[in-house]
Amino acid sequence: MSGHASKEIDTTASWGGKVSPFSVSYGKLMMWFFLVSDALTFGGLLVAYGYTRYTFDGMWPIGEETFEALPFLGNGFPLVYVALMTFILIVSSVTMVLAVEAGHRMDKKGVIKWMLATIIGGFFFVGSQAWEWSHFIHGTEFGRVQLSDGSSAIVKGEFGDIESFEVIEAGAHSPAAGELITNENISEADGDLMHAFHHAAEEGHLEGSNATDLKIHLHDGTVAKVNRAADKDLQLVIKEPGTKYAVSLPSDKETRIHGEEATELYYEAITAGKVIYGANMEQNEYGPKQYGQFFFFITGFHGFHVFSGVVINILIFIGVLRGIYHKRGHYEMVEKTGLYWHFVDLVWVFVFTFFYLI
Amino acid sequence: MERDDVIEYSLDTHHSEEEGKKIRKKIWFVTLLLTVVTAVEVLLGAFVKQGGSMWTTVKIIFIVLTLLKAGYIVLTFMHLGDEKKALKWIILLPYFIFIVYLMFIAFNEATAVGAEM
Repeated sequence: MSGHASKEIDTTASWGGKVSPFSVSYGKLMMWFFLVSDALTFGGLLVAYGYTRYTFDGMWPIGEETFEALPFLGNGFPLVYVALMTFILIVSSVTMVLAVEAGHRMDKKGVIKWMLATIIGGFFFVGSQAWEWSHFIHGTEFGRVQLSDGSSAIVKGEFGDIESFEVIEAGAHSPAAGELITNENISEADGDLMHAFHHAAEEGHLEGSNATDLKIHLHDGTVAKVNRAADKDLQLVIKEPGTKYAVSLPSDKETRIHGEEATELYYEAITAGKVIYGANMEQNEYGPKQYGQFFFFITGFHGFHVFSGVVINILIFIGVLRGIYHKRGHYEMVEKTGLYWHFVDLVWVFVFTFFYLI
Repeated sequence: MERDDVIEYSLDTHHSEEEGKKIRKKIWFVTLLLTVVTAVEVLLGAFVKQGGSMWTTVKIIFIVLTLLKAGYIVLTFMHLGDEKKALKWIILLPYFIFIVYLMFIAFNEATAVGAEM
């Protein structure tokens, strides 16, 4: 173990000042200095996030309400996906520290094995983050609606499946009246049924008063009946107050709007074009626009760190394979890249708590 | 070209097979701990609702658990616990002073700004 102040150092090899005050090599000390400054950057970002959040108070989105989707399985799994991402990063941090440990025993095979595992873990994390971004940007099936009293609400419940559009008036590219538009024969401009539905809702091109009785106007002038199952358990969670409805309390589901009233208000809003789906830099369905901006910046900046960490790990891994460090007599390069990799994990621990949990 | 790094410091971290076993045991212990703590955090986050009577307590538990995780990562995984004391505190002290102070100022001000809005 390092840290012996009394260690005799061959003076011909030491620094100008003869001896390192901290008994660590130049490279390792500089890595620590870099990490200190990088941590202050993330500290600043998270404090800025906290500041903004405090100024908005009750309107700010809540982690377990916002992040509750899983790939292939849909909604209703609060925080499970982020927890999985956290676990992936912790595991890859463990494999990294095992690589460093193997390096300390000059066990080249061990270093190769564990570094490879670390790199794979890194790719898994970057991939999971890509999915999460995509999900955040595309948004939920319901979106966020502005109600007639000026209040604004996110929606919980199960969105009724869209089966097809039944053509009433044929447009330029649609099948004849009476035929069905499905995901198989929908025009490229419309993408798929859900996309076409969302687009029409945003533009105010829907008519009707409930899930199973909607008419849609498509790009090419087609007018069609939307064949849909009914929504299940639709609830409106008020996030911004209006003249009639107050903000719903996260701790009390009774303060949400339920039943017939919720359905009526929701379809009144989406047929009037007062709905937002997903997120971009200007607006998002989850909360104030700053929320989306912080999400993109903080998780993006962290994700960029993970990505560069994977790249650096690969470079060092190649060095290990070529036996550069073995010849040198020590695997300190693995230790240094390890420090960076652990730091990335460390930052995520804080992002996880302050962005997702609290 | 002659290398100008001090190889003695780098060799200093080497250890034997037996020591390695002990270190690996500690690593697996920390792994288990970090996993369990994360699981506990997620369960608390999913089941305790914000703004409820338990929320303030849970918030404090979150922060304590986060610092616990961070401590284990920095001191064990990053080996800062094994470095010289001076180095350890030069790295850690800025956060205890600067970040805590910044948080205090920012959140106080933000509450005031929020009340104005």
